[in-house]
Amino acid sequence: MATSFIGKPKNRVDGRDKVTGAAKYTAEFHRPGLLHGVVVSGTIAKGRIKNIDTAEALDINGVVEVFTHNNIPSLAWLDLSYKDMDAPPGDPFRPLHSDEIQFNMQPVALVVADSLELAQYAATLVKVDYEVEEHRTKLADNLADSIEGKGLRAGFTPPESIGNFKEAYADAEVKIEAEYSHGAEHHNPMEMHASTVFYEEDGSLTVYDKTQGVLNSQHYISMVFGLSKKKVRVLSPFVGGAFGSALRPQYQLFMATLAALQLKRSVKVELTRPQMFSFGHRPITIQNLKLGATTKGKIEAISHQAYSETSTFEKYIENIVNWSAKLYDCGNIEQIYKVVRLDVYTPLDMRAPGGATGMYALEAAMDELAYKLKMDPLELRLKNYTEEDMSDGKPFSTKTLRECFKQGAERFGWEKRNPEPRSMKDGNHFTGWGMATGVWDAMQVPARAKAEFSADGTLTIGSATADIGTGTYTIMTQIAAETLGLPLEKVTAELGDSDLPFAFIEGGSSTAASVGSAVQKVCRKIAKKLLKEAGKIKGSPFKGADLEDVVFSDEKISDKNDPSVNMTFSEVMKSRHLEKIRKKYMLLPNMLKQRKYNRNTHSAVFAEVKVDEDLGTIKVTRIVSAIDGGRILNLKTAHSQILGGVVWGISMALHEDSFMDHNFGRFINHDLSKYHVAVNADMPDIDILFVEEPDNVVSSVGAKGIGEIGLVGVAAAISNAVYHATGKRIRSLPLTLDKAMTERKI
Amino acid sequence: MKILITLRVNGKEHEVNVDPQTPLLYVLRNNLGLKGPKFGCGLSQCGACMVLFDGKANPSCLIAVERAAEMEITTLEGLGDENGNLHKVQQAFVEEQAAQCGYCLNGLVMASVGLLNEKPNPSDKEIQAGLYRNICRCGVHARVIRAVKKASAL
Repeated sequence: MATSFIGKPKNRVDGRDKVTGAAKYTAEFHRPGLLHGVVVSGTIAKGRIKNIDTAEALDINGVVEVFTHNNIPSLAWLDLSYKDMDAPPGDPFRPLHSDEIQFNMQPVALVVADSLELAQYAATLVKVDYEVEEHRTKLADNLADSIEGKGLRAGFTPPESIGNFKEAYADAEVKIEAEYSHGAEHHNPMEMHASTVFYEEDGSLTVYDKTQGVLNSQHYISMVFGLSKKKVRVLSPFVGGAFGSALRPQYQLFMATLAALQLKRSVKVELTRPQMFSFGHRPITIQNLKLGATTKGKIEAISHQAYSETSTFEKYIENIVNWSAKLYDCGNIEQIYKVVRLDVYTPLDMRAPGGATGMYALEAAMDELAYKLKMDPLELRLKNYTEEDMSDGKPFSTKTLRECFKQGAERFGWEKRNPEPRSMKDGNHFTGWGMATGVWDAMQVPARAKAEFSADGTLTIGSATADIGTGTYTIMTQIAAETLGLPLEKVTAELGDSDLPFAFIEGGSSTAASVGSAVQKVCRKIAKKLLKEAGKIKGSPFKGADLEDVVFSDEKISDKNDPSVNMTFSEVMKSRHLEKIRKKYMLLPNMLKQRKYNRNTHSAVFAEVKVDEDLGTIKVTRIVSAIDGGRILNLKTAHSQILGGVVWGISMALHEDSFMDHNFGRFINHDLSKYHVAVNADMPDIDILFVEEPDNVVSSVGAKGIGEIGLVGVAAAISNAVYHATGKRIRSLPLTLDKAMTERKI
Repeated sequence: MKILITLRVNGKEHEVNVDPQTPLLYVLRNNLGLKGPKFGCGLSQCGACMVLFDGKANPSCLIAVERAAEMEITTLEGLGDENGNLHKVQQAFVEEQAAQCGYCLNGLVMASVGLLNEKPNPSDKEIQAGLYRNICRCGVHARVIRAVKKASAL
């Protein structure tokens, strides 16, 4: 069939727009008279603004206004009004709310001018006097002040211990204990955060915002500024990367909206690259792992403990210590999770939040245990493989991890590995091979979709979801085209518009399973209607037929058993004098079915590194990633998602570190020359394979979301490979050459 | 102080009335409406704003417009032909799915065109080296390398 697309490696529907510059991002929308806002960032981590002098800035011809806490109108009173869909427990940050400074680089003023250059210059003239208070920003120095990592948050599972860890660990024949840490990381999408707010004649707002959820931004504006949702339309057709940074409305949205409403003018606010380090980030974390096993390698006791940072005003929590029960057949598991309130901005979900970091520590510890047992690391994982989550005893909806291990190991050539560290040498380089497991949630959330089929044979589908580069436009188009039997060119997908039907923020790898299923269902409704209309045509072979009796393909309805009996869609529409068929569908996850299972994606990651004996430089030369991601909807976009995840894993393992100067409590490497990310020259040979098994518990399209699983486990596999290469265990990320070189020549 | 400057962009002459120190990127985007080149950092660190200067790819966010007046400038918009056909590098990027979010893509396409101008048949290593000024955060690097290889064979 020419109209079968799901699972095929189709090109992105937005590919051409993206290589020609036709795709428009938030800050590129323009109208005559648009004002530019520039944010003034604070320079202390804690204290009060004694005085803020804006006179000199306001003196500049062309500067329209300077907003500070002294002159903004009274806005929503309750903290609750500032809570967005992704807010952790606590009181959200309120920009320009008072003279209180809660973190360094806090926005303290917005300068609005006729041109960007004027606003930038005037922003340098705003003078702020502070009353400085002592700040606390260092996690390691404040562990004694920690609080329990508990609370209500969407997607958060409170840690739960099972069995009796202490006793089992005391009795274990072989034990390891180790502490792992990693620094803070910033998302740094290539497009900086921006909001362009157009003030319409009737006082309503048309807002272009960089967001992973237009409805979240709409909700925030409506609540904070007391506007009816009807007066706020939020659009975000293209997002230049987000990785979690646009899950929550960031302060530029507040600033641009405030200025537009106050001045009754259109205003754009775009953050600078340094300001991209002034809000949410992956929290710095210190983890302690204890593993106990029999001499034969059966794991008897696991303790996973994590200390993480949060702000003074919100309690950011993520699933960091919860993963071992999903992977290892062990009845005694202790999970301890604590957070420390520091004078920093609230951390924010960053690609595979908690999973990327928690699994780094767990899987590095597994490698240490394997060495202590003198056992192959892969064999240790297979020996302790579990078919159920140990914490609740429920099975997995699908789990092809065992096959991922097998196929991944074969592709990598794992059996040829000499387990002895420093045993594989290539000239001046030690070669190391390491492996690790990854696990992530396969979520489905409610989503609505609409569809409109026209007499000319075209179909438009829509949902207020986002495409942050993940390929949402493409898979929506593919699913709709295949379900209804249309060529891809006749399907248009719409998203990133608050006027469209409800969808959650695009996060947690839930979009394909949620919006994808809603699109499939709404197209089934269109199909049903078409069939019903076809049955009404005089002499129709489809009178009284059910969807099960027919096939929708190549723009025709055909009898399942005799394809020569068919009717084209245009015949049906014409005979029945139909111009349009419109349908809506609300997808609700089948909770009754889903609650009986644990729903997860998995990965088996194999890494090869080469470490220079004299210089300690570490280069990743090969990665094999075998993925359990359910049914793959589009091989090209799916491959790209995993590829991106692997690159993030390399970046996390070797490069990324937001370095804070605790004298000032400020991140100091706040640009792209000092905040290192993996670049073209770092790219190894990356081999990705999917071990598919359609998961109809997670979604009717059989997909499990894969935006995040590609990253989980990669840093541990690389870290384990570095140990194999050098015989040196580095227990903090990133694995930099200074750490490789300390103590002695590697 | 604004002055009149004549720029040669995509084969045509444009007269702009701007401060001679204005970054070229601002003039291309705001005065000429060429939105292909993107603003990613403003510090010549990320490569999102690359254009071709006499056939060589370089960032446009720090170079003053008056200096650019001496050169032939090509932007993303100037790559395809007048019938809307894509340049072979753009075509290869589409086919090899080198786009994710697409924000860095202007720079990667322009750097690849610049590279192929110099080295029509680069090796993988030469491609990696040739794209040293471009940062991509979605992680499309491997696909970009394949796309450049493919374009070099077209």
